Amino acid sequence: MNQGEKRRAARIGQPAQRLVKQALLVLITLIALYPVYWMVVTAFKSQPDYLFNKYGFPHSFHLENFIKAMRSGRFIRWFLNSIIITTGATFATTVIASFAAFAFSKMPFKGSNTILNFVISLMVIPPVVMIVPLFILYAQLKMSSTYHGIIILYTGLTIPFSVYLLTNFFKTVPHDIVESALIDGCSPFGIMLRIYIPLSAPALVTLIIVNALWMWNELLLALVFLPKDEMRTLMVGITAFRSKLNLDIPVTMAGLFLTTLPMVVLYIIFQRFFIRGLTAGATKG
Amino acid sequence: MLKYKWWQPLLYLTPMGLVLLFVYGYPLVRVFDFSMRRIRGASGPFIGFDNFRFVLRNPVFHDAVRHNLFFMIGVPVLVLLALIFSSLLFEQPRGWKFYRFSLFLPYILAVPVVGFVFSYLLTLNGALNGILRFLGLDFLALDWLGSPKIALKSVLAIIIWKEMGFGIVLFFARLMSVSEEIYDAAKIDGANWWQTLWYITIPQLKVVIEFFAIITIINLLSWVFAYVYVISKGGPGTSTQVIELWIYNKVAHGAPNPGMGAAASVILFLVTMVLIFTLLRLRLRVGDEE
Repeated sequence: MNQGEKRRAARIGQPAQRLVKQALLVLITLIALYPVYWMVVTAFKSQPDYLFNKYGFPHSFHLENFIKAMRSGRFIRWFLNSIIITTGATFATTVIASFAAFAFSKMPFKGSNTILNFVISLMVIPPVVMIVPLFILYAQLKMSSTYHGIIILYTGLTIPFSVYLLTNFFKTVPHDIVESALIDGCSPFGIMLRIYIPLSAPALVTLIIVNALWMWNELLLALVFLPKDEMRTLMVGITAFRSKLNLDIPVTMAGLFLTTLPMVVLYIIFQRFFIRGLTAGATKG
Repeated sequence: MLKYKWWQPLLYLTPMGLVLLFVYGYPLVRVFDFSMRRIRGASGPFIGFDNFRFVLRNPVFHDAVRHNLFFMIGVPVLVLLALIFSSLLFEQPRGWKFYRFSLFLPYILAVPVVGFVFSYLLTLNGALNGILRFLGLDFLALDWLGSPKIALKSVLAIIIWKEMGFGIVLFFARLMSVSEEIYDAAKIDGANWWQTLWYITIPQLKVVIEFFAIITIINLLSWVFAYVYVISKGGPGTSTQVIELWIYNKVAHGAPNPGMGAAASVILFLVTMVLIFTLLRLRLRVGDEE
């Protein structure tokens, strides 16, 4: 028997008890899925179909909702903005955090641990605390509504978590692997690039996914630092949907569906990485 | 060991240092400075603690603080839900992988999307009331987000709906690393489900529960802006106003007053720090006793 079977055999209990437990799980799963199901189903309904059949399955599938959603506001422009900003900031964070994590884990110096702890502790500072001074600074530097302006903020805010995750991972790489490279006369940079980065592929994928998810979904900073309509991200864009499209709920849901789609697709493919990355930091306890 | 010159690690840390100085260092210093000035444009005259006095006397700010505190009810609720459903999942019943996938799904959805969907589901003629009426519970069919008396509770329920999966998966991951023998021993001793939960699962999860509780407290105090902004914009009236939204309104909309916004930010910052240090001290002390 493998682990799972053993567990099941050991603890499943009486049939009646088992039924109650299954029922509880089914109930909570329905609660978790229903709003998502409703969004998807509504996105395919025609307006009259929706009005007479609010919760059921669509009578016919209406793809024109998606076209209407993409035509409202600057949907495609916002989508591109979100992609540019998420990609740019994820890339910057990954590179910067890799260098820092390598220094923290493989090139320790007096006080490096104190610096590491300090950087990690920045994770708990609420971003809203920094908004007032940054808002005024961005007005002076004319960095409001620019890609680089928001990319720097997203990069900075995700660095503490990224450094934490990568430092922990680099520390687990056994030293023997490095020995051979040392004999070949590799520099620290060569060792990082040729050994640590490839070996850390799973950790890096996890990190990229978690950071991209956070940036894609972020609202507060995008709202404050990207006030120009053509510079908005998708998240800010869809909040403006509400006032414009209040009555056409199927089209609104189609827009929301498109907004969520990239991350849900990633979640379906990389479920393991999502769960691992988002729960990192607690599982060690 | 890796050979390196003394300046090499510093070089590797420089990009991180520069970005962190810009994003955290400068604003954290300036927010204290701004909180004592009457800001017009880029700066303004020093006015001592006046901003703090205004903020602490502002009735809307009082409401905001009260609402953030009310959200703390969500902490035990989330811990309890995560505890129950992670231990049910841990028994790995048929379909547990699907349950885990589904329960974690809300956590990866964007808050604006979630807020939007719920704001339609919870209207007077929305799906929730449709279901309640179908079940003959007409008296429960309320205007969940439109009535000032229950709007805040509804917002909290939506937050719980979204954050629940994180706790379940977190606890579940920890349970999977607990040694089999402990559970086998309990089984042999004839422990029932509740006894197993109380005497084995909860003690084994202690550290994770604590971590989850801390994260949830911080989130409910300073990470609920998106929910409120999308669902209710703080309304009806001030019934769902929160600290973050109040600060946001002081820079972006309505009557801008960055000085007061900065003062409120300082208060939020200090409260968060005090909270975290207390919890860490508490945790260290508990750790010593073991």
